[in-house]
Amino acid sequence: MSTTVLVLVDHEGARVHPTATELLTLARSLADDVRAVWIDEGPTGPDAAARELLGRFGASGVVPVQVTGADPHLTATVVDGLRAVLGAVPASLLLLGSTFEDREVAARLAVLTGGGVVTGATTVVRDGDGRFVAGKEVLAGSWSSRCAITGDLAVVTVKPHSTQAVPVDAPVAAVAAEPVVVEASAAARAVTVVERAPRPASDRPSLADAEVVVVGGRGTNGDFAPLEELADVLGGAVGATRVATDEGWIGHEAQVGQTGVTISPRLYVGAGVSGAVHHRGGMDAAVTVVAVNEDPDAPIFEFADYGIVGDLTEVVPALTQELRRRREARAGS
Amino acid sequence: MRVVVCVKHVPDIQSERRFRADGLLERGGDDDTLNELDEDALEAGLRLVEAHPPAEGDDPHDVVVLTVGPAAAVDALRRGLAMGATTAVHVLDAGVEGSDALATARVLGAAVAALHAESPVDVVVAGMAGLDGLTSLVPAALAAVLDWPQLTLADRIDVDPAARTVEVRRETSTAVETLTAPLPVVVSVTDQAFRARFPAFTGILAARKAPVRVLDLAALGLDPATVGLQGSTTRVLETSERPERPDRVLVTDDGSAALALADYLAQKGFA
Ligand SMILES: Cc1cc2nc3c(=O)[nH]c(=O)nc-3n(C[C@H](O)[C@H](O)[C@H](O)COP(=O)(O)OP(=O)(O)OC[C@H]3O[C@@H](n4cnc5c(N)ncnc54)[C@H](O)[C@@H]3O)c2cc1C
Ligand SMILES: Nc1ncnc2c1ncn2[C@@H]1O[C@H](COP(=O)(O)O)[C@@H](O)[C@H]1O
Repeated sequence: MSTTVLVLVDHEGARVHPTATELLTLARSLADDVRAVWIDEGPTGPDAAARELLGRFGASGVVPVQVTGADPHLTATVVDGLRAVLGAVPASLLLLGSTFEDREVAARLAVLTGGGVVTGATTVVRDGDGRFVAGKEVLAGSWSSRCAITGDLAVVTVKPHSTQAVPVDAPVAAVAAEPVVVEASAAARAVTVVERAPRPASDRPSLADAEVVVVGGRGTNGDFAPLEELADVLGGAVGATRVATDEGWIGHEAQVGQTGVTISPRLYVGAGVSGAVHHRGGMDAAVTVVAVNEDPDAPIFEFADYGIVGDLTEVVPALTQELRRRREARAGS
Repeated sequence: MRVVVCVKHVPDIQSERRFRADGLLERGGDDDTLNELDEDALEAGLRLVEAHPPAEGDDPHDVVVLTVGPAAAVDALRRGLAMGATTAVHVLDAGVEGSDALATARVLGAAVAALHAESPVDVVVAGMAGLDGLTSLVPAALAAVLDWPQLTLADRIDVDPAARTVEVRRETSTAVETLTAPLPVVVSVTDQAFRARFPAFTGILAARKAPVRVLDLAALGLDPATVGLQGSTTRVLETSERPERPDRVLVTDDGSAALALADYLAQKGFA
């Protein structure tokens, strides 16, 4: 029996969020038939460039979806769209990202379809019985678990960077299917958006999907400028502990941790961060962890790959300067 | 106004947490506590009723703390009563053990529906996550089970009792939003805006003796096949303690650490 896997594409207008390419790559390892679901305000679906991108990472088709009569960003609206897609394209697995919004979509969809959900997965495989099995890190990264999904529909929210996006050998632009147009359910229509102010766009990559994240804690004493400079040479994003956001040194959206953004970058640099368990739970999936802290007993050194006991006000600018020097030397040669 | 606050009893995250051989989290230890994020939910619930004192002749407000969990979870309810909740409800049944997030939401949903049938519930408040599983699935799942509107991750909640609507402010990953919906609703709150009060000593004493209503699956009319391990659509196959990260380096800065770190980053392909 052939298996169809759906990938919910996160996009802003025509711009596809990078997580989609990772999810498509993962989906391809699980099924031959991979469809990208594109929920939008209109029925036209992605433009040619976006279809080319989705095809390059393995989508055999795109399903454009329009839900009429409710705000397209609300959880209930997205779920209305997904249920309509499932009616047209029976699938056994839906992959989506791991933001709070994604998790809510997963929860609602699974309740309404009899599905099962695993959140924050870093691996998904199929076992001998054909069930999907998701692996993830739990208990603030101190344990791992593997969990089989037994429901009619497996819904898995996947952490960024857990799969490396790889294009297919012979890419073809994903063909857009007939759009699915549905009317919003009463649940979606019940919520009214009084106001929505999009966050101002930053030149830095977004925290959740950055490959490199430089995090500042109480030890920065409020001065994030050296961390921003380091993030810029590394092409990364800047994050913070809750202490730093509570102090108002940086916006709350920068908070990394169990109650902030969950990050899984290839490189995490923590400066003046103690490594409290609440913080660790949101970053322990980082591949390489670097820490600069003046206290040799700071808990972060228990899980840092590379730790420096030292004063961040000296180490961080010196590192930035050295990285810049090397870059310029390379550019000059 | 009647507000139901969902509170969970979880292992203290500072303690040594473990999984049992059957893949379930070890619960019921002395270190288990009320999920800190649910203290914020209760704070939000208490502030909601405090903002609208009942008019002369109206029923007093009721703030119910509701938990689904083993016998020890009564401690979470007592903490909630000490903080100011007026009623405590404990769904306690051996058949509940092993419920995943969705099965838990079904039990919570049945309990809220039962309370609602006795006397209408206006708002259900949940925390943003259980610090044990950290799934953040239950609030949205509960809204789906009840078929009530969901307004999640709020950092401001205002109820308009006359219009019977609620308005919340929330920050999503891409925007700052103000949303409204008609009552009854399910809201969840972030840990940003509702710093929980400390219970007064008199509250703690009174909470020790306050009655706790216990409901089992039969009382909720729930088919045991829909909850617990057998009613869950996920099954833990394996849990294991993660090994420490290998080859860790710890150096003390003598003025050259930044250079050595630059080498390390270059070797890892970052510089
Ligand atoms: C319910 C709940 C949820 C929470 N959620 C989160 C969350 O999501 N994210 C989060 O981060 N926290 C969260 N917290 C808070 C968490 O418990 C810690 O308090 C917080 O992470 C500590 O932040 P910090 O490391 O910046 O500060 P501290 O723990 O005070 O550590 C500061 C460190 O800086 C070092 N330092 C000081 N000066 C220097 C210097 N010049 N050079 C080098 N090092 C220096 C010190 O040695 C110290 O180790 C939560 C707490 C609760 C109760
Ligand atoms: N067993 C439970 N009993 C009562 N409330 C719960 C339970 N599990 C989850 N909740 C509520 O749902 C929120 C989110 O939990 P979770 O989805 O498990 O991360 C918590 O903050 C609680 O408010």
